[in-house]
Amino acid sequence: MAILSTRRPLLPWHTDMLLIPCPYCGDRAEIEFTYGGEAHVARGEDPSALDDEKWSEFLYFRKNPKGPHAERWRHVHGCGRFFNVVRDTTTDVILASYEIGATRPDLGSFRSKERE
Amino acid sequence: MSSAFRAAAGGRIDRNRRLHFTFDGTPFQGYAGDTLASALIANGVHLVGRSFKYHRPRGIFSAGSDEPNALVGIGRDETHYTPNLRATQVELVEGMKAESQNRWPSLRCDLGAINTLLAPLLPAGFYYKTFMWPNAAWASIYEPMIRRAAGLGRAPRAADAARYAHVYAYCDVLVVGAGPSGLTAALAAASAGARVIVADEQGELGGSLLSDVSANIEGKSASSWVAETLAELSTYPDVLLMPRTTAFGWYPHNFLGLCERVSDHLGEPPAGLPRERLWQVRAKEVVLATGAIERPLPFPDNDRPGIMMAEAARSYVNRYAALPGTRAVVATATDSAYSVALDLQATGIEIAAIVDIRSSSGEPWLSRVRRAGIDVRFQTRIAGTRGRTRITSASLAPISGAGRQETMACDLLLMSAGITPSIHLFSQSKGRTIFDSTLQAYIPAHSLEHERSAGACRGIYHLPPAMADGYGAGAIAAKLACGREAPPRRFEVIADNVGRSEVIRSTAPSKRPSRVWIDFQNDVTLKDIELAAREGFESIEHIKRYTTTGMATDQGKTSNMNALTAVAHVLSKRPTDIGLTTFRPPYTPTTFGVFAGPSRGELFDPVRHTPIHHWAAAENAVFEDVGLWKRARYFPIAGETMAAAVARECRTVRTNVGMLDASTLGKIEVVGPDAAEFLNRIYINDVSRLETGRTAYSVVLREDGFILDDGIVARLAADRFYVTTTTGGAHRVSALMEDYLQTEWPHLNVWLTPVTEQWTVVAVQGPRARATLEALVEGIDLSTMPHMAVREGRISGLPMRLLRVSFTGELGFEVNVSAEHGEAVWQAIYDAGRGYGVVPYGTEAMHVLRAEKGYIMVGQETDGTVAPADVGLGWMIGKIKADFIGKRSLKRAAFAAGNRKQLVGLMTTNSTKVLEEGAQVVADPSQRIPMTLLGHVTSSYMSAVLERSIALGMIRAGRARLGNRLYVPMRDETVEVEVVSPVFYDRPGARLNG
Repeated sequence: MAILSTRRPLLPWHTDMLLIPCPYCGDRAEIEFTYGGEAHVARGEDPSALDDEKWSEFLYFRKNPKGPHAERWRHVHGCGRFFNVVRDTTTDVILASYEIGATRPDLGSFRSKERE
Repeated sequence: MSSAFRAAAGGRIDRNRRLHFTFDGTPFQGYAGDTLASALIANGVHLVGRSFKYHRPRGIFSAGSDEPNALVGIGRDETHYTPNLRATQVELVEGMKAESQNRWPSLRCDLGAINTLLAPLLPAGFYYKTFMWPNAAWASIYEPMIRRAAGLGRAPRAADAARYAHVYAYCDVLVVGAGPSGLTAALAAASAGARVIVADEQGELGGSLLSDVSANIEGKSASSWVAETLAELSTYPDVLLMPRTTAFGWYPHNFLGLCERVSDHLGEPPAGLPRERLWQVRAKEVVLATGAIERPLPFPDNDRPGIMMAEAARSYVNRYAALPGTRAVVATATDSAYSVALDLQATGIEIAAIVDIRSSSGEPWLSRVRRAGIDVRFQTRIAGTRGRTRITSASLAPISGAGRQETMACDLLLMSAGITPSIHLFSQSKGRTIFDSTLQAYIPAHSLEHERSAGACRGIYHLPPAMADGYGAGAIAAKLACGREAPPRRFEVIADNVGRSEVIRSTAPSKRPSRVWIDFQNDVTLKDIELAAREGFESIEHIKRYTTTGMATDQGKTSNMNALTAVAHVLSKRPTDIGLTTFRPPYTPTTFGVFAGPSRGELFDPVRHTPIHHWAAAENAVFEDVGLWKRARYFPIAGETMAAAVARECRTVRTNVGMLDASTLGKIEVVGPDAAEFLNRIYINDVSRLETGRTAYSVVLREDGFILDDGIVARLAADRFYVTTTTGGAHRVSALMEDYLQTEWPHLNVWLTPVTEQWTVVAVQGPRARATLEALVEGIDLSTMPHMAVREGRISGLPMRLLRVSFTGELGFEVNVSAEHGEAVWQAIYDAGRGYGVVPYGTEAMHVLRAEKGYIMVGQETDGTVAPADVGLGWMIGKIKADFIGKRSLKRAAFAAGNRKQLVGLMTTNSTKVLEEGAQVVADPSQRIPMTLLGHVTSSYMSAVLERSIALGMIRAGRARLGNRLYVPMRDETVEVEVVSPVFYDRPGARLNG
C-alpha cells in the first residue's frame, strides 16, 4: 500500500481532487496544479492593432460551456509546464490532455462519444 | 449484572468484561461489545432524547448510522466532548459519560415540550410566516429564541485536546461496506492479487451477518463464516481491513474520503494514537457494498420511545442479547418483519400481533408465525399509540377506515415498510439512478466513475445472490484494476428469502397527519408535507427546503423515500415525476477535527523565516505576518512603545544609518539571449535600453492595464537580469512570466528561476550607509557607484551582488548574499555600523520612511483598479515600445478620464491627528448621507522627522485639487485635511545622491 502523508485537508464540500494527466509527468493529483482558464485564447501578435471591441473580447469574454471544455493547467508543483486539457464541466471527466501549441481536438467528437 | 432486558445467553457481547457508564448522571452497566444504545436497551432505557422542534420524547429508533433520534453528547471532560453522536454507533467503554440533548431542565420533564401544544402555530415554514413583525425583532429576539429552543447538542466549552491525522493512500480495489456482498467482493479482489482496502463504518466487520442467526453459509453459521472470512482476508499482505471507517464522501476521479475512528472505542487511548484519521484514498476501482436501510411506517404517533425499526430489534436481540421490550406489536408491510417477530419470540419476547397493512403475506413466513402461535392481522393499520415517555399501547384499525378500533397493550412496536438501497455514495459519484417499481426504490443504473455496486445497495436483498453478486463485482473490479482474474468461487448459502414488501402510498390516509412523523430528526410530519404541496411546492428539492425534511444530520436516511411517496400521493404523481433529492458528502456527520488534522495552532499554516530571523528575535524584535513570512516590525529597546521605537528607527535612518532585513522580497533570475526582449514585454519601462550594471524601478501590469506588482530590474550582463518583486507578489509575478513565456512567446529563448530563498537581502540606508559598508566591501568602488547601479563583488570575503537603491529616500544599498551567509554578513555590517550609530529597523519604519517620500506600496496605494498614471508613474512607460503586458488596455478611454482617483498627499490641519487608513474623503462634510465620496486614505503615519502626521490618499482628480481642503468624516469627528504633493520629505531628491 503506497501511503504518504499530506497536509492539505480534504473538506466535505471540496471537489478539487481531480486526477490530471500531465503530458510530461503522467497522472497527478489536482493539488499539484494551478488552473489557467480557458485554452486557445490567443493574445494576438499586435494587440495595439485591435479595436476596443476585439480587445475586450480577448480580455473578458470566455465560453463557460456545459460539456467538453478546453482549458489550461499548469503543473506548478511538478514540471512547471503549462498544458491543455479537455474536461467535461458537467462530470469532471477528462477527455484529453495535450501540449501548448498543439491543435485543439474537435470538442464535438467528445460530445458524441460521451453519448454512446 | 442481571437485567430483565438482557437475554441470558447469545449475542456477540463479552460477558466477562463488564463496563460501567453513566447516562445523564445515572450509573448503568453494560458489556464489551455493546453500543451505548444496546447497553441502554439492556437496562430498559428507551427515552434518550427530545425532538428538534416539538421536544417530543424520543427513543432509540435504529441500530446503525441511520439513527435520527438517539443523539447524545459524550466526553469524559470538556476537552474530549463531542455532541450529536448517534448512540447506535458509539461503542461502550469503561467510564463513559453520556448525556441527552435538547431538554431542560431534564429529559423526563422538559419545558420545551410545550411546543407540542403549540404545534398548530409551528407548521412548515413557520418562521417565514409567524415572526414577520416587527422587522427589528428578528435579529434581537426571534432568531436567538428559536436557536435556543430548537437545535441539537451543545458545542464543547473547551478546545479539543485530541489529535487527528491525515493519510493519503492508493489501492486497486476499495470495498465500501463489509457485509455479505462487501466481504465476498474483498475475497474476489484479494484472491486475484489486487491491493484492497475494505472500509466499514461499524466496530465489527460483517454487516447484517452479525445479526443473522438463521443463515447457513458453507456449512457454518453466519458469524463463524464472517470470522473465517476475515481470517482468510488477513492472510493477504495487500488487504487492509478497516473497521470503524466511514467512507463519507466521493470526490471526482475515484477519490474517496474515509474517516477512521481510531481510539474512541479504547476509552483512554494510548499515547501516540490519534483520535481519528482522515484517509484520502485514490482507488482504481471501487465496489460499493453499502447495504440498505429499512423504511419506517408512517402512522399517527409513530415517534414514541419503544417504537423502533424491525431490523434494528433483530440486531439488538441477536447481536447484543439486548431485549428492547417484553410485549411487541409488529406493524409491517413486508415479509421480513415476520422473521424478526420469530427471532424476538425465540428470546422470550411476547409478540402481541403482527399487524400487516397488506392483504396477504408470503410463505414460509405466514405458516411459521402461525405455527408459533402469533396472531396475524391483515389489512390492518396502526391508528395511533399511547404512552408519554414509552409506548404503552397501540390502536389497531381496519385499513378501510371503517370499523372499530382495538387497543393492544405493548411496550415495543416494531415497524417495517420496505427497504431503501443505500445509494448515497453512488449518487455522490454522479452515477445515474433509476426507479425500480418492483422494489419501489431508486437503484444504481449507470456509473460515471470506475465503480460498481453490489448486493443490497442495488436491490439484491436475498443473501445467496447478494454474496454471489459481491464476489462477481470484486472479480470484475480486480480484473479492471490490475488485469488479473479471481478464481471462480461459489458460496453454498441456505437462507430465507427476504420476501416482498409493498409500499403503501404514504401509508393509509390519516385523519391526523400532524401526528404522522416522516422526518424524525427535523420533526417533519405528513401534515407539513401536505401543506407544502398545497401551497404550491412541487419539486422535491423545494419541498425539502420548505419543510426541512431530509435536511437534518441524518440526511433523511430513513425519511427520504417516505417523504417522496407522500408528495407523490398528495400531488397524484408518480414518484419518478417528483425527483430525488441530491445526496452530498458527508454520508454521516464528521468531526471538524478530522478535516483540520494537524493544521491548527502553530501548524495552521507553514511559517517562513528569513536567515536574519534568529538575530532579530534575539534583539527582541516584534514580528508581523506578511503572507507566510515572519517579518520584524520594530525593535523596541527597554520597554519602548511601538510609536517610540518606530520614531527612533526613522530618525536614525535619516540622520545616521539603518539596516532592514529585505530578504522576503521576491527574486527571479532571468537569463538567456532573449532575456532583455522578454522583460521589455513584461515591464512597462524600456528594459532593452537598460545598460549592464544599471537598475531600474519598474512596474508590471495585468493585461487589463492595472498595476500587478513593482520591483527592481537589475541588468548583470547582456543576457542576465536579476529582478525583485514585492514580498507578496513573488509567486504571482513568477507565474505571470512563466505563463507568457510558455504560452504566448515560446519562441523567446529565456530561462526563469525563482531565487527568493537563495538570497539574503540587507538594506543599508541612511547618510552613513556608504561609510558603514566601505570597510567590508571588496572589488567595488562605492564612492563612484551611482544611484540605481548594480555591481558584483565581495563583502566580508563572500560573493555579493550590491544594488544601490533606496526605498527610504536616503543614500541606500541593498546587499545580496547567499542565504547561507545571510546572518554572518548581517552581523558583520551591524558591527561595522556601530561606529556610525546603526540601528536595525523593521517594516513599520520602512512604511513611514517610504510614505514620507510618497513611494507607493502595491496593495496599499493600489487595489487592482490603479493604472501607472494614477499613482504618478506614467512617465515610466516606454513610449516607443511596440508592446508590453497591459499596453493596449491603457489606450482605453476610461484611463484618460479626468476623474480617476489619483495619488496625493493629505495633511491634517491638526498636525497630531493621524488619519485612519481606509477612511473615506469628501468635499462637503455637511452633505446628506449618502455623501459624494471622493476617495480614501491609503497610508497614514506619524512622521518623527517632520514632527507631524502624514497621509497618502487616492482622490478623484486629486492632482487638480492640490491646495484644496477636504474632509474625512469619522464616527466621532470630521477631520479637515489639505491636499498636497505626495512627497513630504526632500522633494528634490538630493539625499538619494548623498
